[in-house]
Amino acid sequence: MTPLLSIEEVSVSFSQHKRSIAAVRQVSLAVAARECVGIVGESGSGKTQVFMAVMGLLAANARADGSVRFEGHDILATAPEHLNRVRGSKLTMIFQDPMTSLTPHLKIGTQLAEVLVCHAGKSWSEARIAARRMLERVRVPEPIRRLNQYPHELSGGLRQRVMIGMSLLCDPMLVIADEPTTALDVTVQAQIIELLRAMREEVGTALVLISHDLAVVAGLADRILVMYAGRIVESATAVELFRHAQHPYTAELLKCIPSLSSPRLERLPTLAGQPPQPGDSLPGCMFAPRCSRAAERCRVERPLLAPTVGIARHVACHYPLPP
Amino acid sequence: MNAVISVSNPLLRITDLRVDFGSHTALRDVSFDLFAGETLGLVGESGSGKSTLARAILRLVRSSHGSVVWRGRDLLSCDSRELRALRRDLQIVFQDPLASLNPRMTVGEAIAEPLCIFEGALNARERTGRVAAMLERVGLTAHMISRFPHEFSGGQCQRIGIARAMILSPKLLVCDEPVSSLDVSIQGQIVNLLLDLQRDVGTAMIFISHNLAVVRHLSHRILVMYAGRLVEIAPRDALFAAPIHPYSRALLAAVPSPTPVSRTVQASAAPVEASSSQPVTTGCAFRGRCAYAVAVCAITIPPLEEMTPGHWAACHRGRELPASGLGTFRGC
Repeated sequence: MTPLLSIEEVSVSFSQHKRSIAAVRQVSLAVAARECVGIVGESGSGKTQVFMAVMGLLAANARADGSVRFEGHDILATAPEHLNRVRGSKLTMIFQDPMTSLTPHLKIGTQLAEVLVCHAGKSWSEARIAARRMLERVRVPEPIRRLNQYPHELSGGLRQRVMIGMSLLCDPMLVIADEPTTALDVTVQAQIIELLRAMREEVGTALVLISHDLAVVAGLADRILVMYAGRIVESATAVELFRHAQHPYTAELLKCIPSLSSPRLERLPTLAGQPPQPGDSLPGCMFAPRCSRAAERCRVERPLLAPTVGIARHVACHYPLPP
Repeated sequence: MNAVISVSNPLLRITDLRVDFGSHTALRDVSFDLFAGETLGLVGESGSGKSTLARAILRLVRSSHGSVVWRGRDLLSCDSRELRALRRDLQIVFQDPLASLNPRMTVGEAIAEPLCIFEGALNARERTGRVAAMLERVGLTAHMISRFPHEFSGGQCQRIGIARAMILSPKLLVCDEPVSSLDVSIQGQIVNLLLDLQRDVGTAMIFISHNLAVVRHLSHRILVMYAGRLVEIAPRDALFAAPIHPYSRALLAAVPSPTPVSRTVQASAAPVEASSSQPVTTGCAFRGRCAYAVAVCAITIPPLEEMTPGHWAACHRGRELPASGLGTFRGC
């Protein structure tokens, strides 16, 4: 079966002061229909930029190489006006900050209806009815009142519900959610995660969930890809990854997450050193300077993402952790 | 965490503190004590008044009522000269590490500024020596002294902010979400640094965070805020093992567990968001989201009462609610 989205050897670099800074390096991944893929990494790991390239939303000074195929379209080679046939309808994105991603001077109802008028050719009156139904589906209380309100009148959680509703209006095949709960309080975060889960079951769209928070991804993703310094370093099913991380970075990251479900420790576990800055480059493994397992080979030879045990398991490490 | 806590005289006693921003009351009826060497964790959702409380204590915002008694002296009625002298012992670390440093001052100048203000007797060489030692103490190197903030990562900037706050060995350090903007791998480094400094200097801390797991790690006691009021005060282990207020229960239950096994646990626990954005003017502010609300909750505001020794909660039904099933280690 051909995947819904396939990304092959995609690199993203930014030109700054006549210098090229690599943010994403030769990333390949595929998302199947109805699948939920989690992308995890620290700030600067390139997780957002991969999908900004997919959406054609890279900054003006950015350059993307490689191939992105969505439903037969080669997205990187498509002109923006053609891209808009899939973007916003079949392929949609939810952003981190629900305040800045809604237009402040348009009412909620207008913003929702506009999507259907532009992408589905509906009349404004039909579109408004559909917008109200969508607010009901994403469990917004008092939907009729909300349609006539402006974004600033809604709480962060409600705004994110509106964004999720907007992303689902044209029955998309793939929704990309970039840190959808990061700006929200923990109780609201739990509600939004629950809503995303319910929407996946009801609508059956594929979902890419980008987050720095492994705990958020753990609750939703079927498969998790871990990124470090612009590359994918590990890929596994969610259950496998949490049971047995093979890349030392993943294992260390899992240890660092303070959890309420484990005993309280005198000192928090930490990952030594600093995360690499965008543009940093090493001949070998980018994690080697922070890795307790690194040997000479790690400093001179770059490990490739190679299959290990099982079909969905890949790890880019010369000395992966034994089971 | 083994700092000796004096239980006799509080270092800081806050009584009936209230802050109004125009017609909006951001903080009301807040009273609690802080003892020397103690760490108070302050949790609650955005808008609950956590940062306002921190700023009101340091008189960075104006309080409209109440008192903040610092070692016997009410900070709210001090004149500016006296306040300035007292602030030597009261320091703060802010959430955004880069924005809280002056971009045009070198790191050395930023860290030396408190010394210039309060220890004018030091000559330049002594001052540089103190700053260099402090840089090493927070895990940076002395040769970074003449660099500017933009040359550092977020985690390093937060170390600089901590160095600036700690150089005078304050008696109280207020940390307003100091690790929230940092990556997970860096958070632990900063929290451990704060714990080390506290152990060496004996500073009391008020640590604000929305991350309950971090708060649990470093607090002796925890204050839970909701809609501008304190709704629960409890020793750390008591709060996590047996939260009383329904809001505290919901807050603990909503923390996602970093394991895919507990999906259903998270799903069932979230409370419904208030269906109306109308401000609550009478009764308990949480009643619209509360599964246990009864008639009285709409009429009178529940006072903060001591339910078990040292464990206070503001809930009409606090004594009769079933113990929540979280246990000490949730999700194991």
